[in-house]
Amino acid sequence: MNARPSPIRGDLVKLAAVALAGLAAYVVFPNDLGLMTRVVSAAFLVVSLDLITGYAGIATLGQAALFGIGAYAAANANLYGVGEPILMVVVGGLAGAAAGLVFGAVVLRSRGLAQLVLTIALVQLVHEAANKLSDITGGSDGLAGIEAAPVLGMFKFDLYGHTGFVFSLVVLLATLAVLCAIVRSPFGLKLRAIGRDPGRVRTLGAAVMPALLVTFTLSGTVAGMGGAIEAISAGVVGLDGVSFERSAMALVMLVLGGSGSLFGAVFGTAAFMGFEQIVSTANPFHWLIIVGVLLVVVVLFVPRGLSSLGHELKRLIVITGLKAEKR
Amino acid sequence: MDMVIGIGLDALAYGMLLFIISIGLSVMMGLMRVINLAHGAFAMVGGYIASYAIRQLGLPYGIAVPVAVVATVVVALPLEFGLFRRVYGGTDPLKQVLMTIGIAFAVIGIVNAVFGPTIKPIPLPPALHGTVDLLGHTMAVHRLLLIVVGLAIAAGLWLVMEKSDFGVRLRAAVDNADMAAALGIRTDRLYLVTFALAVALAAFGGIAGAELMPIEPTYALRYMVTFLVVVSVGGAGSTVGALAASLLIGLVDTAGRYLFPSYGTFFTYLAVILIVELAPNGLMRRAA
Repeated sequence: MNARPSPIRGDLVKLAAVALAGLAAYVVFPNDLGLMTRVVSAAFLVVSLDLITGYAGIATLGQAALFGIGAYAAANANLYGVGEPILMVVVGGLAGAAAGLVFGAVVLRSRGLAQLVLTIALVQLVHEAANKLSDITGGSDGLAGIEAAPVLGMFKFDLYGHTGFVFSLVVLLATLAVLCAIVRSPFGLKLRAIGRDPGRVRTLGAAVMPALLVTFTLSGTVAGMGGAIEAISAGVVGLDGVSFERSAMALVMLVLGGSGSLFGAVFGTAAFMGFEQIVSTANPFHWLIIVGVLLVVVVLFVPRGLSSLGHELKRLIVITGLKAEKR
Repeated sequence: MDMVIGIGLDALAYGMLLFIISIGLSVMMGLMRVINLAHGAFAMVGGYIASYAIRQLGLPYGIAVPVAVVATVVVALPLEFGLFRRVYGGTDPLKQVLMTIGIAFAVIGIVNAVFGPTIKPIPLPPALHGTVDLLGHTMAVHRLLLIVVGLAIAAGLWLVMEKSDFGVRLRAAVDNADMAAALGIRTDRLYLVTFALAVALAAFGGIAGAELMPIEPTYALRYMVTFLVVVSVGGAGSTVGALAASLLIGLVDTAGRYLFPSYGTFFTYLAVILIVELAPNGLMRRAA
């Protein structure tokens, strides 16, 4: 009866919600800015994974490699004199884009198990290379001494991480806004279609491979930006950022939050890392048990992720209500 | 020359261990078409139970090993009924990956809560302690035994697959599960037996290989990557392919560690990427 609300308005509302949640967290937990900044940079990783896995339907366990390459690129740029953080994010994004393109070219040639193993092999390869090339990565000690100049020459990075958090949040919001537009575009729709059934899209005459390569490049850009953000806010880039474990955790966050939805990815990251902080201070291994069980339950019973729980409940209530009316 | 023999023998022992653990994964992937990231967790649980049986209960090695293998299967079977069955057959690989990685996480957490985070040794009986001279190279007896047992398992599996009634049914179900079921093959029972066999082999490999892959909580994910690589390189469901892939990965990995120790596993994964690119269906895939 009433006109459907425009999808763009829905996106704006969600963007505003992320901004508000970020600001609320900033006001309520001023002592946890370090953790919250890590959540924001991880959100880049999970959102970038969502583009490949949630939209294009390709499972990958190597996404952290793109994140790490972005972080190392931004860190090196800084050590060679690039101080402006926005420029560092651009460098990270470009490096991530190049890495994403290469990843796509390697991974997209196969399917199924072979594809999954390729993604794992790639992240392990990058990890071992980063360990060996200690001149540019610092090896297992990590790369320290990254000092970003004030943002736009105005906002200095302070010891408590106020600037770091706000800067990260603003870049995340801008990235999400651009991605919302891309996801709603004809290209985004094609991507979803490929995720559902690549064979059919090919039959319809659309080029699947170029679209997927573009997606990997785009995803690499977002992941690389996240890496740069982490390098800027933490001041160090560690080898542990580039790992199979981190890639698997990103996938877990994505699926718990709800894959195929940009805001589900952000929600999943924040919820996962928030709970992790609370539970794992008590006992890190109890946390693993909870995550494991939750993962099994979500995969089998809530396939669209925890952020869809509200929808599912509403649907359930509507259905039971209809049944009651019929009687 | 001595170095070449040394690398060769170590590679053979490591490769055989990879084969013992990975072959069950390969058969499951070929038959049930499920990507099981919890396979390493089963191997780890076998190791923990064996260690507990020997060090706490004082069982002799020869009894503790079969007890641990059976116990692992008993623990794992309810998972087949309750969980694995739901994701068999070409369901979304992402769903399989996530469910089984969830199981692996839970097992890591539980094992840590029960046994603690330290490495659990599995003491060998005195008979397996010594070394033997082989081609002018000293080799630990238990590694030699690992090679022999691995070969025996490979031969046994080949016989079962190619010659037995069970093998015929299994191959039929691999080629076309629906047709096999229509012809009266009880595929669900077949899946159950295969699952039990896969878990048993993994548990045995976890125990026998504890010297090479120490038993500690992160075992389940740390070595899982290697097992997946073996299956993918060998081709899911192929015994010969899995054997070839295990020996190849064992060789590349061991040679890399001897010759370029500072590169870690770099060359192993480079080789994996090249092989998978050149032969995306594995070295030996059963013709469908």
